[in-house]
Amino acid sequence: MHGLETLSSETALLTALRCGDEDAFSALVDAYGAAMHRVALTFVRSSAVADEVVQEAWLGALRGLDRFEGRSTLRTWLLRIVANIARTHAVREARTVPFSSLELARESAEHEPALPADRFQGPDERHPCRWVSFPMPWSAEPDSALLSAETRKLIADTIADLPDGQRIVISLRDVEGWDSAEVCSVLELSETNQRVLLHRARSKVRAALERYLTTESP
Amino acid sequence: MNNEFSCQEMIEVVTKYLDDALPPDERQRFERHLSYCTGCGTYVDQMRETIRQTSMVPREESLPPALRQEIVAQFRTWKRH
Repeated sequence: MHGLETLSSETALLTALRCGDEDAFSALVDAYGAAMHRVALTFVRSSAVADEVVQEAWLGALRGLDRFEGRSTLRTWLLRIVANIARTHAVREARTVPFSSLELARESAEHEPALPADRFQGPDERHPCRWVSFPMPWSAEPDSALLSAETRKLIADTIADLPDGQRIVISLRDVEGWDSAEVCSVLELSETNQRVLLHRARSKVRAALERYLTTESP
Repeated sequence: MNNEFSCQEMIEVVTKYLDDALPPDERQRFERHLSYCTGCGTYVDQMRETIRQTSMVPREESLPPALRQEIVAQFRTWKRH
């Protein structure tokens, strides 16, 4: 996944880039370009705008090369640049929701339970706050719907409908597979707020899978 | 004071648990609850399966060739300055 192992180190790569070495630049684009494009798409959704964002990000990176001090990895640095530019574009596109870390923090502060309260026994029932009935286990059979492309499509659609903060965080954490520190760094979010958004997003995806897997007849 | 997590609390801390971010005492309470509660066991399994399924959502693996070309062309222009 990280195509840069062939280059002995980021320092060598940076030196080559600063000297205008096109092969080094191409290697960098091949290693991180697709991930940057996907991040841009997560923020702006229109592929034409995402293309612009990515081009602008590479230009910004080239201009900022001399200021790159290696405090993060080159990958994180590039992703942060693309996320910042994408955020600016998303706001400019007059999408109503601003993408500032403040807004994301606000979104994470709203109270929203992972499951409706009626899945649990009320205060006057026999076992308050315990399950009314257990969730049904999902089949792990080879012909299970879990293995189908339709299930993946359902997940992608569910993610696309999430509020911005949740959508961005689950895309980066669970689709892209970034770790929590990287997501916090790129989105300038605290670990707690990041996890709240991830938790909401995952809980909703799980609920969508539950509805799909337990209502469908085989 | 009742020191146990309720089922309703379990499903709210599961992400913290899976991120290995629960303080040791809460982690212990979480695992103790799991040891006797089938419903929460199923729920945690489903969260793990959800993460696994989400990681398999198809993604674009390389840049569209035209875009890649433009980026490299941009590099050549930048180099000349």
